[in-house]
Amino acid sequence: MKFGVITFPGSNCDQDLLYCIRENLGMEAVSLWHKDTDLQGCDFIFLPGGFSYGDYLRSGAIARFSPIMNEVVRHAERGGYVMGICNGFQILTEAGLLPGALIRNVSTRFMCTNVHIIPQTQSTRLTANLESRAYKVPIAHAEGNFYCAQDDLKALNDNEQIIFRYCDENGNITPESNPNGSLENIAGVTNKNKNVFGMMPHPERAADNLLGNLDGKFILENLLA
Amino acid sequence: MITVTAETAKQLGLSESEFSKICEILGRVPNFTELSIYSVMWSEHCSYKNSILQLKTLPKTGSRVLKGAGEENAGLMDIGDGLAVAFKIESHNHPSAIEPYQGAATGVGGIHRDIFSMGARPVAALNSLRFGNPDLPKTRHLLKGIVKGIGDYGNAFGVPTVGGEVYFDDCYNTNPLVNAMSVGIVPVGKTVSAIAAGVGNPVFIMGSATGTDGIHGATFASEDISEASEDKLPSVQVGDPFTEKILLEATLEAIETGVVVGLQDMGAAGITCSTSETAAKAELGMDVWLDKVPVRQKNMEDWQILLSESQERMLFILEKGKEEAVTKIWDKWEIPYAEIGVVTDSQMLRYYMDDKLVAEVPAESLVLGGGAPVYVREQKEPAYFEKIRKFQSKSISVPAKQQPVIEFLLQVPAIASKKWIYQQYDSMVGTDNNTTNAQSDAGVVRIKGTKKGLVVTTDCNSRYVYSNPETGCALAVAEAARNIVCAGGVPIGVTNCLNFGNPHNPEVYYQFAGAIRGMKLACEMFDTPVTGGNVSLYNQSEDGPVFPTPTIGMVGLIEDITTDRFTMALQQAGDFIYLIGKNVEDFGSSEYLYSYCKVKHSPAPYLNLTEEKALQECILGMRGTKLVKSVHDVSDGGLIISLLESAFAGNVGFDLHTSPDMRVDMALYGEGGGRAIVSVDASLNSEFQLYMQTCKMPFTPIGRVNGENVIVNGELIGTVGYLKSLYDNALANIMS
Repeated sequence: MKFGVITFPGSNCDQDLLYCIRENLGMEAVSLWHKDTDLQGCDFIFLPGGFSYGDYLRSGAIARFSPIMNEVVRHAERGGYVMGICNGFQILTEAGLLPGALIRNVSTRFMCTNVHIIPQTQSTRLTANLESRAYKVPIAHAEGNFYCAQDDLKALNDNEQIIFRYCDENGNITPESNPNGSLENIAGVTNKNKNVFGMMPHPERAADNLLGNLDGKFILENLLA
Repeated sequence: MITVTAETAKQLGLSESEFSKICEILGRVPNFTELSIYSVMWSEHCSYKNSILQLKTLPKTGSRVLKGAGEENAGLMDIGDGLAVAFKIESHNHPSAIEPYQGAATGVGGIHRDIFSMGARPVAALNSLRFGNPDLPKTRHLLKGIVKGIGDYGNAFGVPTVGGEVYFDDCYNTNPLVNAMSVGIVPVGKTVSAIAAGVGNPVFIMGSATGTDGIHGATFASEDISEASEDKLPSVQVGDPFTEKILLEATLEAIETGVVVGLQDMGAAGITCSTSETAAKAELGMDVWLDKVPVRQKNMEDWQILLSESQERMLFILEKGKEEAVTKIWDKWEIPYAEIGVVTDSQMLRYYMDDKLVAEVPAESLVLGGGAPVYVREQKEPAYFEKIRKFQSKSISVPAKQQPVIEFLLQVPAIASKKWIYQQYDSMVGTDNNTTNAQSDAGVVRIKGTKKGLVVTTDCNSRYVYSNPETGCALAVAEAARNIVCAGGVPIGVTNCLNFGNPHNPEVYYQFAGAIRGMKLACEMFDTPVTGGNVSLYNQSEDGPVFPTPTIGMVGLIEDITTDRFTMALQQAGDFIYLIGKNVEDFGSSEYLYSYCKVKHSPAPYLNLTEEKALQECILGMRGTKLVKSVHDVSDGGLIISLLESAFAGNVGFDLHTSPDMRVDMALYGEGGGRAIVSVDASLNSEFQLYMQTCKMPFTPIGRVNGENVIVNGELIGTVGYLKSLYDNALANIMS
């Protein structure tokens, strides 16, 4: 499996992801520039966190028009794997590769803290081998409040497209454990074909033994299986 | 054309004697543009004219120092493995007082530019904030805006905030303090200098276009805050973190080419400051065509272009004939740039507008160490010292029950958890923050590719400095060093941010001189040279000056973070708890006296620098052993608050006993220096005691880690969960 990480102007988790894939997961990863029109033969494309184009208009709204996004869409349509984390998730919803939208946190404030999430399905590559328990993974966003229309929500539930929900440390999905007001505590979703993933929490920030938390690594390791 | 007189000079903040000196240097009366140049370059902010003689007494050399104070945009120290750390702290007090969001945001932007303009990549940010009484709506307005400004800028820029401090006091009601620190890493020998070397080399401006924002900002920062300050809104700059992120990447990539001869960011006094300082440093001159500078609006005057403090701009001096290697990179990043000048051998700065010479001044005459004026100000012991001398501890009756005092202190905004604030900052981007899942007294940032970690902190309890400038400032340095040691690091260097009132007030200047003496003594004791920083005077309003606040930013080093780190959380029921260091009967200037007993004047807390140093050596000697399971220093709020913080981190209670020979309020709430709390596994108890005896370090058993209750001298104070909720929610309750 060869990974590619796209750098948009304003991405700031691109180097973290490259480090994580290479050093923590021991896999090959290349850096892709937003103006590239070639995915360099990558099997799995990551859209990293950050503030693409400053997010001055609406998170991810401009980055979706970057030249490389045409290739990302084609890759996804061919069944190739794509995953967006945080700002990457926002870009994928703007690009229409994932349903829903990420709106402003209910608190209206940026929030950076460890939260817990619990896998909701084993029907996707990302979650296939995860235990049904709370995973501790950090969030860092001001616009991570997942929202979608009722029909879409029903479809997401019916097709097992919800991959993670926010929960407490014991795995209970409660209003108190929802850090941003997301519908039904949704922290991450996949598309119908289950080859495109998006999540607000940052697994790459919890993948290094030296930082005292490996729950993010346990999630990402599924991609290597 | 404005006719320049001494009156014009006064309006720009220059004294009559300064105006005469300018006329003397030029051999004629300056035109308005030239006068504007001198007014910003000779402001306190740029010239340090009222402070430099004091600053020169501070220790600035050491084996690790690669670039010392005043040499470059930031201090630079060797940390081994071929790497160096660049670090600096700077204030943005006056802009934040007027426009909190942009004022604080651009403060963060400015300090990061100081670091990456040296070629270092910023890896950590800290901030030290002072606000007024949180019960005032204005304070909450300032707090919300400043915190959001710091967060929005730093979060988008992508550097984690790993530490800092927040205090509240009425003295900051009108004049909050915003001190931002940046820490970066660069391979030794890969740094760039802020120098305009090489006659004939082209000079480029790169980054945002120049607008009319922030004109005379440096002058604005060098006067008292008043109602009229609100009219100075255009003196406040507007920040754009997205451009700053592009600026960072495009700058570091440009440096890789080897074609960059010199580089300086544009902060205070914009093009004026960057061109004059780089030229003066090279003992050369520069011709600059202001009409070539990309501008945001039409019809900008020459002096506006010169003085604009528009953010996210850099001045590059490139090697003639090889410019394309760099401009190619800037094109890739789509960042605007323009060639605006050339290095000359004239030692003069000549600024042209549409081929017309609009200003001509000797570069050297503008800068610190050159022609800028230097003053010694009058000192007088502050009148309030008399009140401090009159304080008698026996006038304070010992509280019968401790529970109400402890609950009160846990919710004092200065002590309560700052979670409401720091959760608005991205503390984890970069995946190097070692404290996210293992709290310690200072921030620990691992350095990828090595076993090392940087340990960083900012400290200053200004109440102590108010009570005794010399002892108080030494305590600030001592606490910073202690925090680094209690995280397992060896302190290596200091950057300071000196926030004081108006230097023309002899009492303020007395505080300033005293604080510098204390800093000197303490920095010598801990072998932490001062590598730079920033002076912010005129922090005063109609209410009077703020407490003297010499914020200490300190950097330390852990050689091996896999073995040498200490953390602060209590671990396991049954562990023994010890207070180590000399325990003196004292509660001077404690939060208890100040806030609970409402005693506004009392002596500074106890400090003995030799004892403090011995304590720190003793703690460092336990690195790599299992002798202690937690380490946490005693500071704000005293022994009980420190122990509670460790209990909250470990989610476990304790049973505490204080000595019957000591007043219980002094034992629990005294804030004297040179002490720390450690917890020890029962199986290693005798080995620990033996080590303490070997170190000749005083140690007092004060209790055991135990269950979910907090018990003090047999009195049940509450459960850990309950007390933690008070501590965690106090600030959020105030802010909502």
